Amino acid sequence: MKIIKLDQISNAVIDLITHAASNLSEDVIKSLNNSLDIEISESGKSVLNKIIKNAEIAKSEDRPLCQDTGLAVFFVEIGSDIAIEGGTITEGINEGTRKGYEKGYLRKSTCDPLTRKNIGDNTPAIIHYEFTGGDKLKISYAAKGGGSENMSRIKMMKPSDGIQGIIDFAVETMEIAGPNPCPPNIIGIGIGGNFERSAIIAKKALFRNIGTINPDKELAQIEQTIYNKINKIGTGPMGFGGVCTALAVHIIKEPCHIASMPIAINIECHSHRHGSVVL
Amino acid sequence: MEFKKITTPLSEDTIAALRTGDEVLISGTIYTARDEAHRRLTLLIAENMPLPFNIEGQIIYYVGPSPAKPGEVIGSAGPTTSYRMDKYAPVLMEHGLKGMIGKGKRSEEVKSAMKKYKAVYFGAIGGAGALIAKSIKSSKVIAYEELLSEAVRELTVEDFPAIVVNDIFGGDLYNEGKLKFAGKFK
Repeated sequence: MKIIKLDQISNAVIDLITHAASNLSEDVIKSLNNSLDIEISESGKSVLNKIIKNAEIAKSEDRPLCQDTGLAVFFVEIGSDIAIEGGTITEGINEGTRKGYEKGYLRKSTCDPLTRKNIGDNTPAIIHYEFTGGDKLKISYAAKGGGSENMSRIKMMKPSDGIQGIIDFAVETMEIAGPNPCPPNIIGIGIGGNFERSAIIAKKALFRNIGTINPDKELAQIEQTIYNKINKIGTGPMGFGGVCTALAVHIIKEPCHIASMPIAINIECHSHRHGSVVL
Repeated sequence: MEFKKITTPLSEDTIAALRTGDEVLISGTIYTARDEAHRRLTLLIAENMPLPFNIEGQIIYYVGPSPAKPGEVIGSAGPTTSYRMDKYAPVLMEHGLKGMIGKGKRSEEVKSAMKKYKAVYFGAIGGAGALIAKSIKSSKVIAYEELLSEAVRELTVEDFPAIVVNDIFGGDLYNEGKLKFAGKFK
């Protein structure tokens, strides 16, 4: 049994949060540079160049890439051969979130949904747990902004809607979103599960590195079809017109009820701040 | 790409010369406000109370900056999505507001109010908060400090980069840009 102390967890979370806020990961930078080669719109290219320049400034001056430093979202894989000393994993992650957002001079964006009063320390983090074998604790983090989250949608479709129905719903979601979610976007799609599970796997799909190919050939094909259709909409970078509206489309599917076909579309902005650590 | 340099407060001539798609560099004083600040500002108007700043000819920037580090003017400061302020924007234009900076589509009500009251909507680049912060030279909270990042701030800006989305003639860059590039992806 491996012992992991609570402050190991909170310190790892502080590092994840402060690093992701000002350092765009390699997969995102590469994908933005690829977009520059594809984009034919002048204003689209101008926007992409400014986004890349912004990433350079953020990294060299250790400034947040975006003022919306997000809600702190975590996917945690807990091995069966570990024990946590000093409290629960949830406490460790929330402590790290509290300290990380303070230390990094990041914006605290959690508030009461009705009074709208700011909680003040960006807690509670949103944490999804999975239990695995082995003696590792893997913590994956994303700073999820509000603008792209607000354009995300979920639908309980009919089984008869089929693959075409899924494709149409994803493209329609991006049509409706237009310039609002800060395109070019990463689109996470959850197919199956039930009402809440489809949304969780759509979020999880965003954590896959851009440029990786879905090992399920049929899903890879659907991703490609949706990607092409979204880029034909014409929205372009920041919605000023262009052919780069999607950076990537990622799908996860899970079994669902024989009566259902849940589908969730989680949109992520181009400032896709994510990272992970294994303890 | 050529830039139009404009200064605040915006004159009628300046506004009349702006066209959808123009890239602009804005200098002068601008004011920040988001959701709750807008609710409070329009409440003051409804009660015939004075606003915390003179809105005549001014620009409101939809932003909630990240905290400034010691020695810095402001943290990162890119635009937030504008449609959440649509409910409040027409009454502010009626009382003299001439420009708004944000990102994303506006409602038909806001677009017709822009034509009626001769006001312009500028798009800034979402997710470019570090770059945009470089054009902000001073920042002072002037109202609703308890709203933290959502407080009303008076900013001095120099060459703040933006693009005209909606001009006073009914132009809309989001519609025009999309039409121009729809189906062009190969």
